[in-house]
Amino acid sequence: MKEQLKELETEALEKVQLAEDTKALQDVRVAYLGKKGPITEVLRGMGRLSKEERPVIGQLANEVREHIQDAIDSKQNSLEEAALDKQLEEEKLDVTLPGRPVQVGGPHLLTNILEEIEDLFIGMGFEIKEGPEVETDYYNFEALNLPKGHPARDMQDSFYITEELLLRTHTSPVQARTMKQKDGEPVRMICPGKVYRRDTDDATHSHQFTQVEGLLVDKNVRMSDLKGVLNTFAKQMFGSERDIRLRPSFFPFTEPSVEMDISCKVCDGKGCSVCKGTGWIEILGAGMVHPNVLEMAGYDPDVYSGFAFGMGPERIAMLKYGVDDIRHFYTNDIRFLKQYHKV
Amino acid sequence: MLVSLNWLKQYVDIDEHTPEDLAELITKTGIEVESVIPVAEKLENVVVGHVLSCEQHPNADKLSLCKVDVSDEILQIICGAPNIAEGQKVVVAKPGAVLPGNFKIKKAKLRGVESNGMICSLQELGIDEKDVPKEFTDGIFVFQENVEIGADAVPLLNLNDVIIELGLTPNRADCLSMLGVAYEVAAILDQPFTPAEEEVHPITERASEHISVKVDAPDLNPYYGAFVIKDVKVGPSPLWIRNRLIASGVRPINNVVDITNYVLLEYGQPLHAFDLEKFGSSEVVVRRAENREKITTLDDQERSLNEDHLVITNGKEPVAIAGVMGGADSEVDDNTQTILLEAALFNPAAVRTSSKDHGLRSEASTRFEKGVDPNRVRRAGEKACELLENYAQGKVLKGVVEFDELDRAPQEVHITTTRINNRLGTEISNEKIGDILRRLQFDYKQDGDTFKVIVPTRRGDVYLFEDMLEEVARIYGYDNLPFTLPEGESQAGGLTLYQQLKRKVKAYLEGAGLNETITYSLTRESRASQLTSREVADRAKSPVRLAMPMSEEHSHLRLSILPELLASLSYNVARKQNDLAYYELGSVFISEEEHVTKQPEEQLRLAGAMTGNWHVHPWQQEKKAIDFYVVKGIIEGLAEKLDIPLTYHASRYPDMHPGRTAEVLLNGETIGFFGQVHPKLQQELDLKETYVFDLNAEKMFKQYQKEEAFQAIPRFPSIKRDIALVVDESQQAGAITTTILEAGSPLIKDVEIFDVYQGEHLQDGKKSIAYSLLYMDPNRTLKDEEVEKAHKKILDAVKEKHLAELRG
Repeated sequence: MKEQLKELETEALEKVQLAEDTKALQDVRVAYLGKKGPITEVLRGMGRLSKEERPVIGQLANEVREHIQDAIDSKQNSLEEAALDKQLEEEKLDVTLPGRPVQVGGPHLLTNILEEIEDLFIGMGFEIKEGPEVETDYYNFEALNLPKGHPARDMQDSFYITEELLLRTHTSPVQARTMKQKDGEPVRMICPGKVYRRDTDDATHSHQFTQVEGLLVDKNVRMSDLKGVLNTFAKQMFGSERDIRLRPSFFPFTEPSVEMDISCKVCDGKGCSVCKGTGWIEILGAGMVHPNVLEMAGYDPDVYSGFAFGMGPERIAMLKYGVDDIRHFYTNDIRFLKQYHKV
Repeated sequence: MLVSLNWLKQYVDIDEHTPEDLAELITKTGIEVESVIPVAEKLENVVVGHVLSCEQHPNADKLSLCKVDVSDEILQIICGAPNIAEGQKVVVAKPGAVLPGNFKIKKAKLRGVESNGMICSLQELGIDEKDVPKEFTDGIFVFQENVEIGADAVPLLNLNDVIIELGLTPNRADCLSMLGVAYEVAAILDQPFTPAEEEVHPITERASEHISVKVDAPDLNPYYGAFVIKDVKVGPSPLWIRNRLIASGVRPINNVVDITNYVLLEYGQPLHAFDLEKFGSSEVVVRRAENREKITTLDDQERSLNEDHLVITNGKEPVAIAGVMGGADSEVDDNTQTILLEAALFNPAAVRTSSKDHGLRSEASTRFEKGVDPNRVRRAGEKACELLENYAQGKVLKGVVEFDELDRAPQEVHITTTRINNRLGTEISNEKIGDILRRLQFDYKQDGDTFKVIVPTRRGDVYLFEDMLEEVARIYGYDNLPFTLPEGESQAGGLTLYQQLKRKVKAYLEGAGLNETITYSLTRESRASQLTSREVADRAKSPVRLAMPMSEEHSHLRLSILPELLASLSYNVARKQNDLAYYELGSVFISEEEHVTKQPEEQLRLAGAMTGNWHVHPWQQEKKAIDFYVVKGIIEGLAEKLDIPLTYHASRYPDMHPGRTAEVLLNGETIGFFGQVHPKLQQELDLKETYVFDLNAEKMFKQYQKEEAFQAIPRFPSIKRDIALVVDESQQAGAITTTILEAGSPLIKDVEIFDVYQGEHLQDGKKSIAYSLLYMDPNRTLKDEEVEKAHKKILDAVKEKHLAELRG
């Protein structure tokens, strides 16, 4: 009987191996392990065995049954896997075909620049202030030390609506308004926004453009603070290898007034056509807030001092990305707009 | 201001610096140098030649065959200039010379005759034609003075000069003079500089015997000095004066005019020379012009005056517009013998008005407008007298006839070293401050740390502590300031909620596939109020107009962003860019006044314009054009992003498709609209189907609640029921949805439309809308009977309100 069982086992395991699909495997299972199968048959004949033999044969029969069952299970698994493999192979795609496009929009280049500047100054504790684009003559000029008839008003021919109202020519009126609003408290703010000047639109002029100005007023503000803040700004905006320099200039609302240059990126300060051989590129105007401006806004210029600066994001974008015509910013050619989505 | 370095060298030692280095130093310390221009680059083999003979070229009518002595040889040169003549001393470029423009002079044959060099015009030597004396503009230059034959012509004609162009800011009027520039450069280089004294040798005859001076408007003319010079011989001025004028961009004319111009350039003080014999009287009267009074100025223009204009008169009629231009009648000419020389100080604003009203800006008016040095007016007159003595054989009469109420006192500014250092963040010593003041040639009295600075009147821009701060800082050097950061109490910078929302909305729209644009706020009248949202149009009387627009194209402030946005679409479509989704977040300008007196309300609006395909995936044959519901989806997404309850109803707008336009409401109040642009307008703009939206961003932002209490995630199951309702086609789905939500409250949580059908199996004029309803109670599992009850209530309500039948 032992031999019989062993034989059955060998025979069954062979058939399991030969089964080509799950159906054939099922047949093997029924044939050997089914109720009418040979192992059941063997077990039925156990009555004829001696008391000593019975448990031995019983155990062996169970072992054989288990072996066969394990073989079937394992075969079943590999058959299923093969079937899945086959199916998956058939489902193969051409991964090089283009995917279904997702609409990708993006910000305007000027917004990118503005937000970069904003975030940089926010990091230095500045607030962002906004103000009206239609301003009063008072805030646009007078509060900034530009009384009526002041020759420096010539520098910025303006779009007037009435004698007292005009499109702001700079965002400086927001500084004047903020100082009034702060009512003697320290100020740290920048004011980005649209400004307007009577210029004929061409490659370098636009009747509408953007400005960011900044103002810091407190006790004991020093010009070296201005230099430090602008240096931090310039290095973050244009790269840590850039140097800055200040040189004298004139604005009615600051004294001393300076212009800030950064070392030319193209030639690394050696002098090239971009920087007109000077090695420097003008980036912004700045200065210590004029005492008249402080006074008009209610700050005692003997106690308080401050600095202000102003820059043109269009110019910065033109320098940073080599945009060659300011009109690109306002024409909204999709081919221009899309170039800067990655910025 | 053009500064000749050869001229400057006469005052200050600049030899240690190259022009480029000097320019860099001036830029860093004082005034921006805009350009450095050599008159002619390294000119050699250009010498004085003596024309020994001049005959006509045998083969050419207009050419001359000349023999020219250049000292070491006699050259045969063919010359084409009409003014060549025997005996002249001319400029010869010998073979081997390279003239400006890389023009190489070689031996050549002209019409068969050898030519060994070229006789030059000033233009050929690098001088701008506008600066060339008129007599030489059409031919060669001829020396009038006795120059050595064979001498190097380069220094003689100042061709080795380098000009630096200063970009003067309005405060630095002091550098509108060579003396001012000399003081500035001397301070920068720490070099000594003392201007020469004027040397006049008057004769005994007194000027007051010939002229009197009366000023009726001393506020506008606090000083008027009249010099009289007789026996003047008008002729060309000496080469050195002409050279300096040319280098400064001023064309030489004759010695009298050149001398007044020369003094203007050197002292920054405009002068005017009248021909005393043609002056018409012996009295100078300065007064405001009478209305409609006339004068013919030097440029032969008759000009009408009014009382805003200050004039010089001869007691009867105007002979000059003060500080701007002289009259033609008393102009100096070749026969002039007696000169009345005016050295005066006119009020800047008065000169500005005259110059503006008559469109006359001159070297003189510019200087008066910016303010001249009161201590240099008379001296400038004396300098001109000295030069007229020397170069026009003039005899200066004794005494200047003056009206003088001029305040010549210098400003005194007190500074302390401590305050300077506190403001600059520096540790400059008292000695250093004293040293800087010495370099600037500012007198001072020092008392410990305090300096009482007496600012020279040439520096009219310096009168406050801060002005002195700038002087000290720039001479000390901005490069020497340390880098520090502000020490005051720091505040947390950051964006306000409003600013955060602007960024949030932009990010949402860009994520949804729209591109941000920036268009002009100023537009043409027809566009300014086109496609304006109802709530804006209801309030705005009319778009705000500029008082003096530059063009009609940019004459009015916009009431809607859309017209310019549509123009941008047209621009792109015309360039074959057909699939466009644009938005802009910007202000419109609303004035409720008929005639604007107050600032208009600036309202932040969010507008978009879209045309073409929204989605294309060609190889899968997918294509979805932008339509009404694409735009609506974007707005609904925005409402979800901001969590604000927007509702919509059909509406009609001018320039919009009458059946495809919806008004957008927030809490029952109109805040904007969207839909398809009217096909007629689309056609006008060469656009295909185009959709727009325009929303009041401020109203939406106000509704936004940042802090939201946590809502428990539902733990109990919801129950979904679908219904299909048959209604008249005029019924609007949105209204039915509202009815369902109201009737099903509080158990109904969501309503979704999953099918809209019209056609077969339905009566004409009917449509079927299929809704999926979701019931839920956050606190327990709903029982079937409860849902049944709510569902029945809903069906009753839609039947009653919308005559809706359940579709069988």
